[in-house]
Amino acid sequence: MEDDAPVIYGLEFQARALTPQTAETDAIRFLVGTQSLKYDNQIHIIDFDDENNIINKNVLLHQVGEIWHISASPADKGVLATCYNKTSDSKVLTCAAVWRMPKEVEPGSHESPDDASSTAHTLELLCHLDNTAHGSMACVVWEPTGDGKKVISLADNHILLWDLQESSSQAVLASSASLEGKGQLKFTSGRWSPHHNCTQVATANDTAVRGWDTRSMSQIYCIENAHGQLVRDLDFNPNKQYYLASCGDDCKVKFWDTRNVTEPVKTLEEHSHWVWNVRYNHSHDQLVLTGSSDSRVILSNMVSISSEPFGHLVDDDDLSDQEERRPEDKSQEPPQDSVIATYEEHEDSVYAVDWSSADPWLFASLSYDGRLVINRVPRALKYHILL
Amino acid sequence: MAAAAAGPGPGSAPGDSPEGPEAEAPERRRKAHGMLKVYYGLSEGEAAGRPAGPDPLDPTDLNGAHFDPEVYLDKLRRECPLAQLMDSETDMVRQIRALDSDMQTLVYENYNKFISATDTIRKMKNDFRKMEDEMDRLATNMAVITDFSARISATLQDRHERITKLAGVHALLRKLQFLFELPSRLTKCVELGAYGQAVRYQGRARAVLQQYQHLPSFRAIQDDCQVITARLAQQLRQRFREGGSGAPEQAECVELLLALGEPAEELCEEFLAHARGRLEEELRSLEAELGPSPPAPDVLEFTDRGGSGFVGGLCQVAAAYQELFAAQGAAGAEKLAAFARELGGRYFALVERRLAQEQGGSDNSLLVRALDRFHRRLRAPGALLAAAGLGEAATEIVERVARERLGHHLQGLRAAFLGCLTDVRQALAAPRLAGKEGPGLAELLANVASSILSHIKASLAAVHLFTAKEVSFSNKPYFRGEFCSQGVREGLIVGFIRSMCQTAQSFCDSPGEKGGATPPALLLLLSRLCLDYETATISYILTLTDEQFLVQDQSPVTPVSTLCAEARETARRLLTHYVKVQGLVISQMLRKSVETRDWLSTLEPRNVRAVMKRVVEDTTAIDVQVGLLYEEGVRKAQSSDSSKRTFSVYSSSRQQGRYAPSYTPSAPMDTNLLSNIQKLFSERIDVFSPVEFNKVSVLTGIIKISLKTLLECVRLRTFGRFGLQQVQVDCHFLQLYLWRFVADEELVHLLLDEVVASAALRCPDPVPMEPSVVEVICERG
Repeated sequence: MEDDAPVIYGLEFQARALTPQTAETDAIRFLVGTQSLKYDNQIHIIDFDDENNIINKNVLLHQVGEIWHISASPADKGVLATCYNKTSDSKVLTCAAVWRMPKEVEPGSHESPDDASSTAHTLELLCHLDNTAHGSMACVVWEPTGDGKKVISLADNHILLWDLQESSSQAVLASSASLEGKGQLKFTSGRWSPHHNCTQVATANDTAVRGWDTRSMSQIYCIENAHGQLVRDLDFNPNKQYYLASCGDDCKVKFWDTRNVTEPVKTLEEHSHWVWNVRYNHSHDQLVLTGSSDSRVILSNMVSISSEPFGHLVDDDDLSDQEERRPEDKSQEPPQDSVIATYEEHEDSVYAVDWSSADPWLFASLSYDGRLVINRVPRALKYHILL
Repeated sequence: MAAAAAGPGPGSAPGDSPEGPEAEAPERRRKAHGMLKVYYGLSEGEAAGRPAGPDPLDPTDLNGAHFDPEVYLDKLRRECPLAQLMDSETDMVRQIRALDSDMQTLVYENYNKFISATDTIRKMKNDFRKMEDEMDRLATNMAVITDFSARISATLQDRHERITKLAGVHALLRKLQFLFELPSRLTKCVELGAYGQAVRYQGRARAVLQQYQHLPSFRAIQDDCQVITARLAQQLRQRFREGGSGAPEQAECVELLLALGEPAEELCEEFLAHARGRLEEELRSLEAELGPSPPAPDVLEFTDRGGSGFVGGLCQVAAAYQELFAAQGAAGAEKLAAFARELGGRYFALVERRLAQEQGGSDNSLLVRALDRFHRRLRAPGALLAAAGLGEAATEIVERVARERLGHHLQGLRAAFLGCLTDVRQALAAPRLAGKEGPGLAELLANVASSILSHIKASLAAVHLFTAKEVSFSNKPYFRGEFCSQGVREGLIVGFIRSMCQTAQSFCDSPGEKGGATPPALLLLLSRLCLDYETATISYILTLTDEQFLVQDQSPVTPVSTLCAEARETARRLLTHYVKVQGLVISQMLRKSVETRDWLSTLEPRNVRAVMKRVVEDTTAIDVQVGLLYEEGVRKAQSSDSSKRTFSVYSSSRQQGRYAPSYTPSAPMDTNLLSNIQKLFSERIDVFSPVEFNKVSVLTGIIKISLKTLLECVRLRTFGRFGLQQVQVDCHFLQLYLWRFVADEELVHLLLDEVVASAALRCPDPVPMEPSVVEVICERG
């Protein structure tokens, strides 16, 4: 069976920030933030029409600066947070703010013209995450399953927990912790674990990965030298509570059991340059997506450490509208961990990849030259997993 | 023959005889003989015996019986030229003259002989007449003598018969006397201890006594004898049991007892029990030598002692037993075999314990000699007692020891390899004078290679002792086949090469995590070592092995190609790892330099930053280091004056074209532009791509990694105007110096262009520096 060709969308600016609209579970929608020092930056809202293979976009102006990180609220479709660079008198500071999309482009009110040539709406600022005392913001992460009231932001060596109050218009610093040690410690990225009632956060700084308890804001585990070089990104397995994936400048992707941090459970070494992004599929955690500055996106099948035992049937509700079921092939060998596909549509370094929040078989990747590519999991594999 | 040869055939005149003049005399004599033979009518027979010759009926044959002068002359005249005719004439005249004189001499010689013969015959006639008379007289005398003799015989007849009878009586009496004296003699013999004599007497008398026991007197004698014999037997047994005397004496005792008719079965039990006692003694003394506290004696001495003491004893026992109890048949043999098996087993256990102590030792020749003696000594009892399986057991022990030895050598080789590596590490870590680094690496490689090779050779030589011709067990099937192929070739050599590769590979796997605990030079050296193994050493070693150990076994062996492939893979991985490690070092330097600087408020560049110089220096050092071990490699042909390439990267037009499309959010992407970009990137740069085995490829890999890092780091920063200019200067500097290291300098240009372009993008106020100024700064600094 033929796999659909990838859909490519070009932005006019360099871009690093990509997120699915987390609260949206029906439409396939991604948010992309641009990086331009000279022009007004934008947030592109990319709607993908799965049936017709068409992309619809809306552009929002983000005038405060270039966007380094973007994340969407898990509760409110219209709310998102960005980390942006503010340049003032030969100083660069990365700030973070929470924004609301204007109503016209908000999902649901989808009557805006397809070619958003004329209208360039501006974001409505909800609140700043005040970081004057803490340094540059590396990223903002939302509490995964909450009501969109809690965010964690990482600023230099501080980890800050914010309470968003009064419909997000006010951010109150609830608690914070900081990393002490010699040298300039700086967080590079963090993720909020969806397990344990969302009380755990993992962060990466230099070559170490640390786990934090958000209630006490204390460190619970630390994987020293998780990677040979800088750790670029992390992700939690959405279905197995102690499993964590990390990637970094040593071109490796490692899978950890946080109960035993001395050795990685598994190591992948498929990329030929730094791996910037690693993402578990939200529902089928054997599917792991990685993006690297070797301009490749690799989709791996990590069956051996997945939560789905071989041959187990999951998510039958997804199947109702699928084509005819294929007879189950019981005699198959247990599949090995393998690379499913390497996507080479990008010409420049890929800094962000993510799965759609609406369609578990669809993902987007973004390279520095502003190219957004939407791809699907190969059908053969999809049916193999489903049937 | 001469007659035939001299036959003047047509065209060969007598004068042309093949023989020279000096051969003329015998030639003539033979000719004369030939004529005589003709005269005496012998010619026919003689001629028949001759192998081949001219036809005897030929009328032209001068010496033939049917010679016709007319025909001959006719023939000569007809066939020969004048000169030849003249020649043959003179020749013939000469021959006739010679024949005449020969005949005269013969007549003279034979005349004298004939006369003397006549005289002799006449004298003989006279003498015979005289002899006849004397013979007649002799006949008559003989008749008289015969007559006398007959008469004397008749008179002596009577007496002769009587003497014969008396002689018979005398003999009988002597026998009787012997019988009567027997008891006392036996007693005396027993007292004197001449048991052999006693038993012989007893044997001689026994049948007679048995036969005449119905006569009371004989009966008494027999009873006496039996008493004495019983005592004798008892004494013999006594002596036998005391066991103090040696095996031969015991054997004698047993022999005598057997002759006395003692029950054989019981005797053989007893015999074996005694032998066991003695042999156990030997074993105990051997075990005492083994004992934990005293220093173990030389293994050779040990096996010698065991060989002479125990094995010798066992041999004696076995030989004596077989001789004495041959009549016992299969049951007896089985008993002996069981006996030998049991004691042999204990002996083997001791020997094995001793050999186990030897395992750690390094002296193979001593061990092999000891094993050889051990094995050789056991051949005799092995042959004697095939059923006990001593020979097989001994061979098994030897095999086991050989196997253990192989394992020991493999361990030794591994240890030697690790030792080499430690040495190299130390040599690398040792502080060295500037400039001394250069020759070190190649030397170290040579040292390591030669040291490993010599270790391998030493090991081969050591295990080769096991198959030496003069060693008694070398022709066992194990040593001819499996030992050579599976043991030495596969187990030792192939095993070692494999483990070497594994050890080398382990350097790529683990320490990468800890940031290169392995010095990069070691990686490089190991990589080269493995590559050398792939190209030459493996096949050399294997050929050497195959030659030394003429492998006759047909079992499958690892082919050279497989090993080579493994070695090559190892070398490749090591080199790739080397590239990664070195790339990482430079990358880290670049990364720190970009991350820690405040690019917004930097001053106008006056110099190339020190870190770039450091990068170039380090790259040069790596280049030198790699150059020591690897060949140059192929470079892509380039225009000659590459370094002077105008630094056109950051021209405003280009920037416009590539990265800054006019801000029209809704405008469709310029397809032309897109294709341009694609073309630019058509050759995707695989950053950590596999390297080839040459310097250029290695350096290319390292530089690629470094520059890509630079690019990524630059993209994460924001630059002020002067910051951008500084990047411009730095990149130009790098370009000036790095192009020469890589295979395809276009790659360096591409990456550096990319860096500058990215920096320009990350600059809110991109005012590039004049290329000329950039060049001036770079050349200055």
